[in-house]
Amino acid sequence: MGLTLGYLAFIVILPLSALVLKAAAMGPAAFAAAATSPRVMASYSLSLKTAVLAALVNGVFGFVVAWVLVRYPFPGKKVVDALVDLPLALPTAVAGIVLTTLYAPGGWAGKALLALGVHVAFAPAGIVVALVFVGIPFVVRSVQPVLENLEADVEEAAASLGADRLQIFLRVVLPSLLPAWLTGLALAFARGLGEYGSVVFIAGNLPMKTEIAPLLIMTKLDQYDYEGATAIAVVLLAVAVTFLLFINGLQRLSSRRGAAV
Amino acid sequence: MSLSHQAVHVFPLPVSRAGAESSAVRRVLVFVAVSFVALFVAVPVAAVFAEGLRRGAGAYFAALRQPETLSALWLTGVTTVSAVLANLLFGLAAAWAVSKFAFRGKNLLLTLMDLPLAVSPVVAGLVFVLLYGKQGWFGPILSEHGLKVIFAPPGIILATIFVTFPLVVRELVPVMEACGTEQEEAALLLGATGWQVFWRVTLPNVKWGIVYGVILCSARAMGEFGAVSVVSGHIRGVTNTLPLHVEILYNEYQFQAAFAAASVLTILSLLAVASRHVAEWRAKSAETSRKDR
Amino acid sequence: MTTRPASIHGASIHELVTAARAVAAPAPRPARRTSLASTRGQIALALALGLGTAPASPALGAEPAKLLNVSYDPTRELYADVNAAFARSWKARTGQDVTINQSHGGSGKQARSVIDGLEADVVTLALAYDIDAIAEKAKLLPADWQRRLPHNSSPYTSTIVFVVRKGNPKKVRDWDDLVRPGVSVITPNPKTSGGARWNYLAAWGYALRRPGGSEATARNFVAKLFKNVPVLDTGARGSTTTFSERGLGDVLIAWENEAFLLSREVGKERFEIVLPSVSILAEPPVAVVDVNADKKKTRALATAYLEFLYTEAGQEIAAKHFYRPRSAAVAAKFASQFPKLSLFSIDEFFGGWQKAQKTHFGDGGTFDQIYQVK
Repeated sequence: MGLTLGYLAFIVILPLSALVLKAAAMGPAAFAAAATSPRVMASYSLSLKTAVLAALVNGVFGFVVAWVLVRYPFPGKKVVDALVDLPLALPTAVAGIVLTTLYAPGGWAGKALLALGVHVAFAPAGIVVALVFVGIPFVVRSVQPVLENLEADVEEAAASLGADRLQIFLRVVLPSLLPAWLTGLALAFARGLGEYGSVVFIAGNLPMKTEIAPLLIMTKLDQYDYEGATAIAVVLLAVAVTFLLFINGLQRLSSRRGAAV
Repeated sequence: MSLSHQAVHVFPLPVSRAGAESSAVRRVLVFVAVSFVALFVAVPVAAVFAEGLRRGAGAYFAALRQPETLSALWLTGVTTVSAVLANLLFGLAAAWAVSKFAFRGKNLLLTLMDLPLAVSPVVAGLVFVLLYGKQGWFGPILSEHGLKVIFAPPGIILATIFVTFPLVVRELVPVMEACGTEQEEAALLLGATGWQVFWRVTLPNVKWGIVYGVILCSARAMGEFGAVSVVSGHIRGVTNTLPLHVEILYNEYQFQAAFAAASVLTILSLLAVASRHVAEWRAKSAETSRKDR
Repeated sequence: MTTRPASIHGASIHELVTAARAVAAPAPRPARRTSLASTRGQIALALALGLGTAPASPALGAEPAKLLNVSYDPTRELYADVNAAFARSWKARTGQDVTINQSHGGSGKQARSVIDGLEADVVTLALAYDIDAIAEKAKLLPADWQRRLPHNSSPYTSTIVFVVRKGNPKKVRDWDDLVRPGVSVITPNPKTSGGARWNYLAAWGYALRRPGGSEATARNFVAKLFKNVPVLDTGARGSTTTFSERGLGDVLIAWENEAFLLSREVGKERFEIVLPSVSILAEPPVAVVDVNADKKKTRALATAYLEFLYTEAGQEIAAKHFYRPRSAAVAAKFASQFPKLSLFSIDEFFGGWQKAQKTHFGDGGTFDQIYQVK
């Protein structure tokens, strides 16, 4: 127990409190000025929107992937299962470079999409693509184990009571998967909000348009403005933590309700 | 309930329910899933290999034999092993404490442990600079004693541990909770010591949680870029990890060598994932043969 | 902070000590890159000649010395050559082996790493402002560092030119063509890239120098130019890649040396270099980081290293890598490579880096204003 707390304090709490204290030392006025200038606000909004969108895309498709991996046999299943973890291991810079190569107007995916009038690289859509890539493992790996442990008897009971497949899915399966799914969503979102390495290559980085918040942190650091950088960092951290806590609360609620039923 | 409201599968259930949906629905779903993974993961990863091998296998291996690439690979290896070991030890202790005992502030503890996942890698690097940098809290003390943390391997390892911190715990807590405490209590009643209980009862029960946590943790540790980039100092052949070296090669117009180095990371993580499947398959066949007897 | 004695020659005692130590010390380790075959050959030879005759040149070496040069992005190729040449010359002079480690990255980021404790013996950055920051924030070298070496401590210079696609389809001839509608311009972000700041100031200076030019027209001109920029990469190399590999943009604004390097590495048949009528004189400075060098006892070596850049050999290497040499003799030799350009300096128009940084690139500076206006 002591070890646990000590390690936690050393690795997580100490560094993060250094961050918060540094920002607190600025005083509220300076903090507000640094954390809410128009350009910074635009970057929050972009980061939030793209992270939410990417989390939702992963939410839908990640769920399908997890479902298919658990429930259906199909050729190449092992390969798909193995591929899901790769975005964790591929350095984000490499991911950024590769995705840019593919989706730039000269790349093959970019060319095809451009023919349809869709700009991906150097536009907000490119940011979403990068964030979907880095977030894939989170939803799949959150839902998959729970789905595997789901008892068959409940579904069978529902079926014997005359419920059709869709009803069973909506009323029985979905509720028990919801907490895990939400966790996956929250993690994918949090990861997306802070992602830097892969995004800077594909985003275009135009102020007010395609400039993400983590890039602004880097920009401030490069100008020796540690306070400004920590101010933005603290805001990002607060958003991510609030989101995690919110999901945490939702989960507790749903598990309590589940217990009551 | 913690955020990690998940239980790790021990063995996949027999797919007796596979027939529940009509085959058309199944086919569509499989198609959607496979094309999603193909489009977003397989294609980019294939592109890495294609670029790495563009000038043939000879150039590919020549790129990997550059001394600076080898030293980067070595540093990445050391960092990954240290981070995994540290997080494994802590993960076991923390998961044990959290799941076997009830205490106040448990939820807070769990949320704190998840925090690094929510921190931008850039910020993760920044906090260590704020602590151990020359202008940071501990900078003066460290330099008095001639100790280097950031811009040296210790800082790289610290940043990596931070980033991968939750990955083992998140896998272990749910499994340990699912196992409950009955078995341990029984063992204690039978006269086993605390260590014996841990080694003989607890550990085997959470084996899969450990295996999967270690895989995730090592995958992420190998590939970490943002946080490490801030604390590395980018000294060629000394403090460059493989991901940083990839960027350097790319910036020197050595595109083919950059992708060759990146492909090594891909292969390593594929090996990690494959080893899990092998281990699972072995355990499963061992289980079946035991049942047969 | 007291000013230190100018250290160019001031370190000679230290140098003597190092040299003396070099003579007294035992033999060095064998050269690193001896191939296995030749090692075997040597052993065989040694056996043939008698028992264990030491291989030729039993060095007067001292303990091998190490130097860390923290530099910015485009100098990778330059310093790879400089380091090899310097190591040879140092070895010949003192018998000591020296290994020079390199760190490259964005100029501002590199300076910040040094401030935060990266123990650079020497810094070779893109602009004086970044070394000023090291002097000011970490007090690792005196504030008047720039007066310690000749030519503002910049052993070589460069300037800002344009790269266009083969045949110059958009007919880009001068700065005015960059603000034409329909011309897409690639330049990195001046907030994160040192090179981009030179680009920005070059454009600003051009507009200021035109007949009737004023701060207002310059601001207008630069704002129009940035309207034509679709991507702001974080570093100069990133922009070059966007232009050459992604096929984006009609014009790349780049360091002269980067432009030449691009046409050499990626192919002359794809790009052309366009020289604008006027541009800025970019002076990338170098300096010994006193506190680190003293701590690591490398001051003599570090000083010699930077002085090497000013020697005939050093200047030739710089010129070969498309940096404009200071030495008149070397400049004459490479005259055909560097066409004459009308260049203005940063002191002339902007009152030095401190002021330029504040006015243009600080928070709320002219660059921020361009993007605030909707």
